[in-house]
Amino acid sequence: MTLSRRDFIKTNAVAATAAAAGITLPGIKKADAADDIRWDKGVCRFCGTGCGVLVGTKAGRVVATQGDPDAPVNKGLNCIKGYFLSKIMYGEDRLTQPLLRMTDGKYDKNGEFTPISWDQAFNVMADKYKAAIKAKGPTSVGMFGSGQWTVWEGYAAAKFYKAGLRSNNIDPNARHCMASAVGAFMRAFGIDEPMGCYDDLEHADTFVLWGANMAEMHPILWSRLTDTRLTKKGAEVHVLSTFEHRCFELADNGMIFTPQTDLAILNYIANYIIQNDAVNWDFVNKHVNFTKTPTDIGYGLRPTHALEKKAKNAGKGKLSKIDFEEYKAAVAEYTLEKASEMSGVPAEKLERLAKAYADPKRKVASYWTMGFNQHTRGVWVNGLLYNVHLLTGKIAEPGNSPFSLTGQPSACGTAREVGTFAHRLPADLVVMKPKHREAAEKIWNLPAGTIPGKPGYHAVLQNRMLKDGKLNVYWVQCNNNMQAAPNMNEEGYPGYRNPENFIIVSDPYPTVTAMAADLILPTAMWMEKEGAYGNAERRTQFWRQQVKAPGEAKSDVWQIVEFSKYLKVEDVWPADLIAKKPEHAGKTLYQVLFANGEVDKFPLDQTAKGFDNAESADFGFYLQKGLFEEYRRFQFEGPKPGHEMAEFDIYHQARGLRWPVIDGKETLWRFREGYDPHVKAGEGVKFYGKPDGKANIIFAPYEPAAEAPDKEYDLWLSTGRVLEHWHSGSMTRRVPELHRAYPNAKLYMHRDDAKARGLKRGQEVKVQTRRGEVLTRVETRGRNRVPKGLVYMPWFDASQLVNKLTLDATDPLSKETDFKKCACKVVKA
Amino acid sequence: MSRRQFVADTAKTACGIGLAGLALSLVADGAGAIAPVAVRPPGVDDEHAFQSACVRCGLCVRDCPYDTLRLATLGEDVAVGTPYFIARAVPCEMCDDIPCVVACPTGALDKDLTNIDDARMGLAVLIDQETCLNFLGLRCDVCYRVCPLIGKAITLERRHNERTGKHAEFIPTVHSEHCTGCGKCEHACVLEKAAIKVVPKDLAKGQIGAHYRLGWEEKAKKGGELVPGIRDLPDRLPGVE
Repeated sequence: MTLSRRDFIKTNAVAATAAAAGITLPGIKKADAADDIRWDKGVCRFCGTGCGVLVGTKAGRVVATQGDPDAPVNKGLNCIKGYFLSKIMYGEDRLTQPLLRMTDGKYDKNGEFTPISWDQAFNVMADKYKAAIKAKGPTSVGMFGSGQWTVWEGYAAAKFYKAGLRSNNIDPNARHCMASAVGAFMRAFGIDEPMGCYDDLEHADTFVLWGANMAEMHPILWSRLTDTRLTKKGAEVHVLSTFEHRCFELADNGMIFTPQTDLAILNYIANYIIQNDAVNWDFVNKHVNFTKTPTDIGYGLRPTHALEKKAKNAGKGKLSKIDFEEYKAAVAEYTLEKASEMSGVPAEKLERLAKAYADPKRKVASYWTMGFNQHTRGVWVNGLLYNVHLLTGKIAEPGNSPFSLTGQPSACGTAREVGTFAHRLPADLVVMKPKHREAAEKIWNLPAGTIPGKPGYHAVLQNRMLKDGKLNVYWVQCNNNMQAAPNMNEEGYPGYRNPENFIIVSDPYPTVTAMAADLILPTAMWMEKEGAYGNAERRTQFWRQQVKAPGEAKSDVWQIVEFSKYLKVEDVWPADLIAKKPEHAGKTLYQVLFANGEVDKFPLDQTAKGFDNAESADFGFYLQKGLFEEYRRFQFEGPKPGHEMAEFDIYHQARGLRWPVIDGKETLWRFREGYDPHVKAGEGVKFYGKPDGKANIIFAPYEPAAEAPDKEYDLWLSTGRVLEHWHSGSMTRRVPELHRAYPNAKLYMHRDDAKARGLKRGQEVKVQTRRGEVLTRVETRGRNRVPKGLVYMPWFDASQLVNKLTLDATDPLSKETDFKKCACKVVKA
Repeated sequence: MSRRQFVADTAKTACGIGLAGLALSLVADGAGAIAPVAVRPPGVDDEHAFQSACVRCGLCVRDCPYDTLRLATLGEDVAVGTPYFIARAVPCEMCDDIPCVVACPTGALDKDLTNIDDARMGLAVLIDQETCLNFLGLRCDVCYRVCPLIGKAITLERRHNERTGKHAEFIPTVHSEHCTGCGKCEHACVLEKAAIKVVPKDLAKGQIGAHYRLGWEEKAKKGGELVPGIRDLPDRLPGVE
C-alpha cells in the first residue's frame, strides 16, 4: 500500500475522528511512518556495471529497492531495469518444485513434466551421471554455467566438475560474451581483466566506443561518460558501430563502418601513429614486445565445413616475435585511403580518430563490448586496440584506459575469476599447464592427475557434442542457452532432444531452455540466497540472503553441493587414482569436495544474525564463507599473483572492493607504480602477467567475416539487446511495465530497404537465413538507425527466437560466437 | 466499444435518430463547450471544424488496424460518436498509409495529410517532473526510446547531476514542432501513473506575444545579423597593444 502525504493526512484525520467517536473503520490502516521495511546492502541483478542497491524487505518479501546513494558506481541511481528489481522474483510462473518428464510414473524423454521430490530428482541424475561416466568416461558429462552465478556458485560448480567428476566440460555463458576479451588479455598481458576502473570515465579527455552501445547497455556508466563530456572542457566522444544507435547522439565523431572492417581501421590508426612519429618510444622500448599471430585461421565452424577445410591455420594462435620494423611494414598497407575505402567511413573522420589517439596531450579511454567480442576475429580486434594504446603508452593510468566492459553482473567475478571456463581453473590458472593443475590439486587435496589436462568442450562445442551424442548428461544453470546460443535449429535444439541425452535445467522460470529439458530444477534467485558478484572494474560485492525462496526452490550452489552427496568417488574416479589418496576411498564427492575440512570450517554462528542462510542451515556450516576462503587460497598460494582479495567478512562490510586487495587497500590502476602493489618502486610500469614484464603488441591483418551478404541473402543481420530487457527476458519480461515498454522484438531496417521489398513499417515479415526463419515486424523508425544493407534484431523475445537465424561461427581462438554478422533476407510474411 | 457493437448500435440508433437527434446534439454541444480533452485521429487541425464535419460514421475506427481509435459514447467528455483515442490504453502506431484518414468520407480527417509525421493528434507534455525518473537522475528514458520521432519530437537534454557530481541527467524534452501526439510515450511510461501525457495541443501550448521575437532564432533564420554593419571596438587590456 502506498500512501502519499495527502492521503496520509486524510487517512489519519478520518481515523482520528472515527477513533474519537469510538468507531472502527474497516479498510483503513494506520500508515506507519517507519514503514517497518528492513533495508540491507545489495547489488543490481542485471548488467556488468554493478550498481549498488539497498533492498527493502517486509514480511518475508522484497517490497522495494533503492539505488544506494553512497555506492561509488551509481550514487543512488539506477536504470529502468534496476528500478524494477523488486519485481523480478515474483513472476506468477515461478518454478517451485522439481519437474521430470515422465510417463506412467517413470522417466520418459517424451513424457510430461511431472512434479517430483529433490531426492527423486538427484537419484535420477546420479543414475544418469554414473551410467554415462561408466560407459564413455568423464567427457560424456558437462555443464553450462553463467556469468550471473554468484562467486561461490561458480567456484563450487568448477570444483565439482573439474575435481569431482574429472570433466573439463564446464563452460559459462560468458563464452558468448567475454571470451574474446579474455583471450586478448591473456595474449597481450598474461593476466585477465581491465587495468583501469570506472574512475577513468572522469579522467579521460577522449572517449572512443568500439562496438559498445553504452547508452542502452551500460546506462549508468553512460551517464558518467556523458557528464564528463558535458562538464570537461575539450572532452570529446568518438563512436564506431555498424549502425547508428543512441550513443551517436553524444558523438563528436560518429562513424558507421562496414561489418568486420574494424580490423582495418585499427591497423590504420597504428600506421598513422608510426607515420606521424607519435610512438611513445620510452614506453615501447621498456614495456612492449612486438609479435604477430598466424593468419587464415578459419571460423570455428565444424571441421567438416568448407571454410574450415580451406583455412591454412585453422584455430592457430601461437605468437611469433617480430621487430618494430616488421610491425611497421605490416601495418603500412593500412593507409587512410584503404581504411576509408574498406570501412566506408569518410577519411576525415578516421583521421580525426587517429589524431586523438596520437595526440600525447590527450588522455584516451576506449570502451567495447559485444561489437568487439562477438566477432570471428574477436581476440585479434581486442589486441589491435591494445596495440594502439601500447604504441602511445596510453594505458594503465588515470584516463588512459583500454577498457573491456562486461555484459553480465559477474562475468568477471564468477565466470572468469573462479575458473568456470572449459580451459580455466580459479585465479587465472589453466588446465593445460601441469604446474597449475598441480597447484589446484594441492589446494583441493586431490591425488595428482585428478584434473584432466585437456580443455573441455566450450559453449558451441557442447551443443555440437550433444547433437553428436558424445556429451550425454548436461546440466544448465542460471542461463537460457536454448534462446541464447547460435543456430538453434541445427546445433541447439537437436542435442537437447537427442534420445541419448539427459538434460537438466535449473531456473527460477520456465524458460525456452527449461522447456527443452528432461529435468527442471526450481531455483532460488538473487536475494533468496547469500551472494557475491564481481563487476567490470574488478569490484567484488556481497549481499546477504533477504528472503526465503518460494516453495522448494533452492539456489544453484545448494543444488551442486547437495547433489555431490549422491555420487561416490568410486562412481567417478578410476581405482588407480583413488589408490593415490586412499583416504578418499568410499567417500562421497560431498565429503571430498565440500565437507573437506576447508569449505566446512566456518561454523553456522558466523552467518549474519537476523538473516536466513538457507544453504548453510542445511549443510550445518557457513558454506559461502568456506567456499570463498578456499578460493582465496588460489590467490595467495597459487603460482600467479595479482588476483588477491580481502577476507570474506570484509566484503559484507564494504560497498565492494576492487582487486587486488592487499594490505586493506583497493587497486584502481594495475601495472602502474604507486597504484599497484605488485609493481615495485622504480619499476614505473610492469606487465607482471608476462614473465619478462612486457606486454605484447600483436599484428593481425584484416580477414573477411564467415558469412557476408550475397545475391540471395542480401542483408547483414546483427543481433543484440535493448535497455528495457535483460538478455533473454526471463526476468524483465515478467515485469509488466518493462513488457509494455518493449513488448516484442522487431526488425530495424532502413526505409529504402523496406521500400525496395514492398514493406511498410509495422508489417509482418519473415527473416530468413540458410539456417531458419523467424516472423517479426519491420521497424523503420525508432532508436536504431541502420544503414542500407543491414538489419538489427534484439534477442530478448522468447516468441521470436532470433538465434534460429544466427550462424555458429566463432572466433577460432576464443570460441566466442559472432552474433553480429551473418547474411539474411527479409520477405513479406 | 467494439466496432461490431458500434455498427449494431448505429443501425438501431438510425431508426430513432429523428427523436434522439435533438438530445444528441445537446450532449454533443455540451461536450464541445468545455475545453476539449480528446486526442483525435490524425488529420484533425481544428476541433470545432472537425466536430462539424464529422458525421460519426465510425469508418475511421473500423479501419484502424491497431484498435487504437474508439467512438465516444454518452457520458464521456467527448462529443458522442466522434473518434478519439486514449493513449495510455492504445496509442497511435502512426501507419505510413494512414488508413483512418483514407476511410473518412467527409474530409473531417484531412485528406491532405499524406505524411503521418505531419499529423498533430495532440501534444505530449511531461506534466510531472517530480516523479519522472529521468528528472530524478535515473536512466529510464523509455518515453524517448519509444518515440517514433526519437531525437526530434522527444530529445534528451543533458544536465549535470549536482547531487552525485559525476552523472548526467537526461531530461526528456518534447518539441511541438515535431510531436504528432501519437501517445507512445504516455502508453509506455513505466510509472503507475504516467508522468508524460498527450493532451490536445490547444490545452498544452502557450503563446508568445507577436510583439516579441527571439533574437538568436531570428538570426539563425536569416543566417546572419538582422542589422548588418554594426561595429565593435577592441577592449583595452593590460599588456595588450
